[in-house]
Amino acid sequence: MSDPALPEGVTRRAIAGETRLATRGPAVYGEPTADGWRAWDPERSKLGGMLELGFDTGLTGGETVLYLGAASGTTVSHVADFAGPTYAVEFAPRPVRDLLDAAEPRDRLFPLLKDARKPETYAHVVEADVDAVVQDVATRGQATVAARNARFLAEDGRLLLAVKARSEDATAEPSDVFEAALDRLRETYEILETGRLDRYHEDHLGVVATPR
Amino acid sequence: MTDTDADAGWFAGSAADEAAGGDEAAARDRIATGGADRPLNWPALAVERGFAASTDEYYDRLHEAAVAATRASVRERERADDQQLIHAVRAMDDCERTANELAERAAEWAGSLFDDAAPGIEGARAVADREPETELERRAVSLAARVADLAAERDALAETVDRVAPAVAPNLAEMAGPELAARLIALAGGLESLAKKPSGTVQVLGAEDALFAHLSGRAPSPKHGIIYTHDYVRNTRPEDRGSAARALAGKLTLAARVDHYAGERRETLHEELRERMATIRARAEADAAGDGAETGGDA
Repeated sequence: MSDPALPEGVTRRAIAGETRLATRGPAVYGEPTADGWRAWDPERSKLGGMLELGFDTGLTGGETVLYLGAASGTTVSHVADFAGPTYAVEFAPRPVRDLLDAAEPRDRLFPLLKDARKPETYAHVVEADVDAVVQDVATRGQATVAARNARFLAEDGRLLLAVKARSEDATAEPSDVFEAALDRLRETYEILETGRLDRYHEDHLGVVATPR
Repeated sequence: MTDTDADAGWFAGSAADEAAGGDEAAARDRIATGGADRPLNWPALAVERGFAASTDEYYDRLHEAAVAATRASVRERERADDQQLIHAVRAMDDCERTANELAERAAEWAGSLFDDAAPGIEGARAVADREPETELERRAVSLAARVADLAAERDALAETVDRVAPAVAPNLAEMAGPELAARLIALAGGLESLAKKPSGTVQVLGAEDALFAHLSGRAPSPKHGIIYTHDYVRNTRPEDRGSAARALAGKLTLAARVDHYAGERRETLHEELRERMATIRARAEADAAGDGAETGGDA
C-alpha cells in the first residue's frame, strides 16, 4: 500500500504479528502495543481508516487540532500522540469519563464536555486558526456542524470529516445523503478529496476539505 | 454565562484576580459555562495579558483547568438521576396547584379589602406589592406574597426540569419535551421501569381511571394518557389521534429504552417518528383534497 502522507509520529509497525498503523503514547483502550507504540485500528477509527486508505489528509505532525465527536477518546488519543495542542469536544457524559482517562497523561489534549453544534459554547477555550478540524459526530446535520465550526480553522487548514449516512437519514440511499451533505459543505468549504470508508466503516464517506 | 466580552477567553479574569489567588475554581467555571462568539488566538492573548509566561505554560494551565472542569461537569451531568427529576416535577405540580388554590383565597380576601383586586396569580402579585395599613390588610397582603413566592418557585422548578430532563433521558426529552418526559418518568416511577413498560402501557399512562373503567367493561379503551399534551397527539384531528398516540407511544418507549440502556442520542428514532407522523397527518390532507374534489364534482 502506498503511503502518500502519513503524518510524522504515525508509522507502520509490526505489532502482535501484524504490520499496523501506530502512534507512540500511553495505551488507552486495551489496544495492542509494542515498545511504547500503540496499534491504531482503522476499524475503530474513521481517521485511522482514512489514513489507511491513503487519503491526503495534509497532516504532517505537530499541528493544532480541534476534534469534534471525541467520544471515549479512541481516535483523539492517537491524534494527540502525533499532533500538537488537541482540543477534544464530546457531548455525552458517559464516554467523556473515558476520554478524561486518555487526556490525563497527555498534557496537550484538552477534553471539553460541549455540544459540537454550539461552537459559541467553547470558542472562549478553543483557539483560532487551528490547522485541522477532525469531525466524527453521529448527529443529523453533520455538514452544518462542519460549517459552524469553520470559524476555528486557519485559511489553509484542513477539515477531515467522516459523514455517517445513517445519522442523516436511515432510509435514504447513502449516495444521495452524501451528495446532499457535500452540497451543504460546499457553501463553506472547498472539497479536496472524498472516498467511501466502507472497507472499515459501512456507509461512511471520508471528506478532506479546506475553507473557501 | 459569565463572560460575554468579545475578546474574553476562559482565562479572562483580570491580573488583579490572579494576584488575589483562588482563581482556579473561577477559571474552571468559565470553561464549563462561559462562551464567546468567535475564537481568538487565546494562547498569545494569555501571554500578552500576563496570565501565563509562555504558550507552553498556558497550555499546561489549560490542560489542568480543562480536565478539572470537564471532570466536574461530567460528575454533575451523571448525578442528574431520574429520582431527582421525579421529585422536581412533582414539586412543580404541587407548587402550581397550591399556588392556584391559595390565589383564590387571597383574591377573595383582598377583594373585600381593596377595590381593584384581580383574581389569580397575577392578582396576588399585585396585592403583594401593596402597603398594608391595618392588621387585616397586613395578613391579606402577606398571604398574597406567599402565593407570588410559590408561583416563582414553580417557575424555578420548571427551569430545573427543563435542564435536568435532557441529562437524565436525552432521547425521551428531545422527543417528548422535558416536561412530558419528566411526567412519564414520574408516572412510571423511574426511567428503568418506564423502559420496561410495553408501548401500550406508555400510551395510556396517566389515564388509569379511564383504563380501569374500560377493563371493568364500562367504557371504551382510552386512546391516550398524559401523552395527550404532546403536539403530535393534540394537534392531530380526532379520528387520527388513536394512530398518532400509538405511533408516539411506540417511539417514546424506544427512546426511554435507549436512554436507560445505552444513554446516547439516537437520531434515527426521531427521524422515524417524524416520518410516521407526516404519514398520519397526510391522511387529513388527502381527505380534505378528496372532499374538495367531490364538491367540485357535484357543482
